[in-house]
Parts: sequence; C-alpha cells; structure tokens
Amino acid sequence: MRLFATIAPDALAASAAPVAADNAWVKALESFEVAGVPVGVWAIPAIPLVFIAVYALYVGVYGERKVSAFIQDRIGPNETGKWGLLQTIADILKLIQKEDVVPAAADKPLFVLGPLIVFVGAFAAFAVLPFSSAFIGADLNVGVFYAVSIVSVEAVGILMCGWGSNNKWSLFGAVRSVAQVVSYEIPASISILVGVMMAGSLSMQKIVMSQSGEYGILHYAVFQSPVAWLAMIIYFISALAECNRAPFDIPEAESELVSGYFTEYGGMKFAMIFLAEYASMFMTSVILSVLFLGGWNSPLPNIGPVALNDWTNGPVWGAFWIMLKGFFFVIVMMWVRWTLPRFRVDQLMYLCWKVLTPFALLTFAFAAVWELYVR
Amino acid sequence: MENFDFGAFAYQAIFYLFALIIVVSAAMVVFSRSIIYSAFSLLFTLFGVGAMYVYLSADFVAVTQIVVYVGGILILLLFGVMLTNKITQERLLTDVFNIVPSLVIMLAILGAILYTFLYRAKWHAGQERTTTVVEPIGYEVMTNYVLPFEIVSILLLVALMGAAYIARSEKKFGLEKRSN
Repeated sequence: MRLFATIAPDALAASAAPVAADNAWVKALESFEVAGVPVGVWAIPAIPLVFIAVYALYVGVYGERKVSAFIQDRIGPNETGKWGLLQTIADILKLIQKEDVVPAAADKPLFVLGPLIVFVGAFAAFAVLPFSSAFIGADLNVGVFYAVSIVSVEAVGILMCGWGSNNKWSLFGAVRSVAQVVSYEIPASISILVGVMMAGSLSMQKIVMSQSGEYGILHYAVFQSPVAWLAMIIYFISALAECNRAPFDIPEAESELVSGYFTEYGGMKFAMIFLAEYASMFMTSVILSVLFLGGWNSPLPNIGPVALNDWTNGPVWGAFWIMLKGFFFVIVMMWVRWTLPRFRVDQLMYLCWKVLTPFALLTFAFAAVWELYVR
Repeated sequence: MENFDFGAFAYQAIFYLFALIIVVSAAMVVFSRSIIYSAFSLLFTLFGVGAMYVYLSADFVAVTQIVVYVGGILILLLFGVMLTNKITQERLLTDVFNIVPSLVIMLAILGAILYTFLYRAKWHAGQERTTTVVEPIGYEVMTNYVLPFEIVSILLLVALMGAAYIARSEKKFGLEKRSN
C-alpha cells in the first residue's frame, strides 16, 4: 500500500501544467453588480443556455438536415433564405406558436414535468464543461463525476415522459431508453476513469491542463498511453447510446414505436426534448475532447522559432478549439446516424455487456499498470 | 439596503428552498395515493439530500448520492413499479388508523430525538473545508479501509450472482436441481 502513497503525489506534481486556468471571465462576471445585486452571476448560466439554443438551431437541426441530405445525395433545406439558413428559425417560430396539447388520457403532472426534467438533466452538466481556460461554470473537484451522475436525472425524466403519455409506444420507448442508458453508463464510466487516471484529477480544468505542452497534439492523453485510443472509442460508442442516437436509437425506432417516448409531444415540449438531445450530444463530445483530446489546448506544436502553440493558446483560442473539437464529434455522430442501420435490442445488450464492458475493463487494468510503472 | 449582503441571503434562501423541497416531496412520497407519484417524488427528495451534502462541503458524497440513489435505486424502483401491473392500478390506503396510540408513539419518538439533539449531543462548529475531499477519500479507501472496501465489492458480486441465478429461466437447470 506504500506504492499508492508514494507514487500518486508525484503524478500530481507532474501534471502541474504550463498553461494556467484562471477562470478570469467567470470571476469578472461574478464581481459585476448593479446596486448590490450580483447580476453577473446570472449571466454565467445564461451563456451556456443561449449557446445551446444557437448551437441546436444551426449545428443541430440545420447541420443534421444538411449532413443527412449530403449523405443521401439530396440538397436539404434550400428555400427559406440563402442556402435555407432561415429554415430552422421558421421551424422554431412554428413550434412556439403551436397549441400546447395534453392528451386527454395522459397523466398531466408527469406529462408536463417530463420534458423539463429531461432538459434540466442535460443542461445541468454544462455547469462543469470547460469552455475555455477562462470560462467554466463551476470548476468542481468532482467535475467529471458530476457530469456522469447528472445524466441519470435525464433518465428519470425520460421515464416520466413515457409513463405520463399513457401510451404503449411511449412506455416501451422510455423503458428501452432507460435500460440502454443505464447499461451503457458502465463502459462509459470505466473509459472515463481511464482518462481521469491519466490526468490524476476529477476536475475538468486540471484534466485539460495536464495535457498542455509545447508539442501541442502530442501531449493529448490519447497519445500518452498505448490503450487510451481504445478507451476513447469505447466512450464514443457509449456516448452515442447514452444520447439515444442511431445506431442505438431503438427507444424511438420509427418503424416499431412511432417515435418512442416523445410520441405524444408537440410544440414547445417537443422542442425541449429535442434541445436536450442536442445538448447531451455536445456535452458528451466535450467530455470526450476534455478527457482524451486536450480540451481547450491548441493541437499545433512549437517548431523552433515558429511558436505556433504559444500563439494559438489563450482564453479566446481555447474557446475556439473546444468548440471545434465538440462540433467535430457532433458531426461524426450525425455521420454515423445516417450511415449505419439500427441495432436490435439483443444486439444492443450483447455489444454493451459482452464486448464494450470487458474491453473497457481490460483497458482500465492496462492503463493502470502503464500509469504506475511506465509513464 | 446599505449593509444588505446579497450573497449570504441567496445562500440562506437556496438552503431553505432545498429544505422545503425535501420536506414537501417526502410528504408526497408518504401521502400520495398513486405509487407512481410516490416513486417520482423520491427524485426530488434524493436530489434535495444531495444539495444538503453540498451545503456540508461534502461534494464527493453529494455526487455519489445522486449516482447511487437517483441513477441506481430510483430507476430500479421505477422499473419495478412500472413492470408490475397490479401495483400501479391499486389505490394506496393512506388513511389514518388508531390515531391515539400512533400519535402517542410519534410524539414520544419525536421528543426523544429532539431531547437528544438539543441537550445530549455535543455540537461543535468545525472548520469550513476548502480543500478537496476526493484525494483523502481515495487514500483512506486504499490504505486504512481496504478490507471493508474489498468485502463490500465481494458482497455486491454475490448479490449480482444471486440476482442472475433467480432471473435465469427455470427450464435450463433450475428444474433438474429441484427434482433431485
């Protein structure tokens, strides 16, 4: 047991990084007051909320339609505005104006509360996402653990939607969805642990800082251990399942369940569920890039006097890099959705319990040995 | 308005908000006539208890509370309720019976707890923790408490195997064994 006590502090010291995360923007906002009322504090959660809305409109809905059109050799939205850019604005205006229908047989309190809880569960995780070295809602000591835990709130919301709708398709969809989310949490958590072990911390900013250095991309965790890429792929596959994205979209399988747990929803309630789906896609993409791909660190290396890494690091550049990495994986998720067919339920469970979980455990054991004795 | 500390006020207000959420949702769990509402109310109770841990500067315990209780136990409970048709259709009996003896017992227990808390317990104000609790927990679990930690994991494994055995379809070897 001396082993742990002696090695771990060294690993922590080694991860003290050249780039500091000072959360300067958050601190500036916190101290912004009007007549003694800290108005700036309200702006901190409002920024990710506005971000989700804009991102879901343009990268989410518009991007998804254009990507699917490209893959199926169509044009996609092209009538409303230049290149169809106003299409999603028009869709949102329609959704806002729709009558708020609650089915007569539905369980009204649960039906109304469901979409709210789903969205709150997806949005709460944004509190710990490091958008830049200067902006993170709350740099918790247990940041990653919090992000993993809060997803389960979303699962309860999905059950509420499914039960409240009082419809057999909705209930089937909800039960399938939750079974899937709960199962895939296991390989996802184990592969997250690999990343956490390599950084030696649960705090998001510390994990990012442990991957900065003058060679840029070579310091990313995925290149620091021979098994980190495997953990990254396992996490990506589990993330697809946790977001209920194809090929894991059996909860809303159109050919069997109409549209699963949100069959009965329309108008703004439907918009909330959709927003939550896109929000959790971006959240998992950001967690993936934070754990394995350096978060807000620039991938460019310093080459002698051409100090590309120094020039492209900083709070604003950090926000740019994390958005780039996050959007990249969101686009990959869309690409996967429009390429692969849907799994059957038994195939889904086989993949989770007999493929991903054993491989995740092996990766975890190997990464632990590597961290202790090699790196 | 001069000396009004908005931060401290918000801190207190949020604490009492969570306290209210816990009490109201716990009352819903007990008094609701539909078992599904009781189960969903537990979400707010368990989440509120997590918030209480945050107020005690125990961030790790707070997040563990949400993982274990909301992510594990509550979802299992909801599944159990939803898959059992008979329970969901039944209206629960939430009337009061035997009012005098139950009132006496309740007041006695309440009085005993309050007496212990107010007069017998040795309260002392601890230092507010500013450092992380994650690393101390990790070191303690891997050094001083490694045996309980391992025994708990074996217990969980045994429970898992028992559940798998019970859930197994009987025709494979369950019947053979029983006939022997």
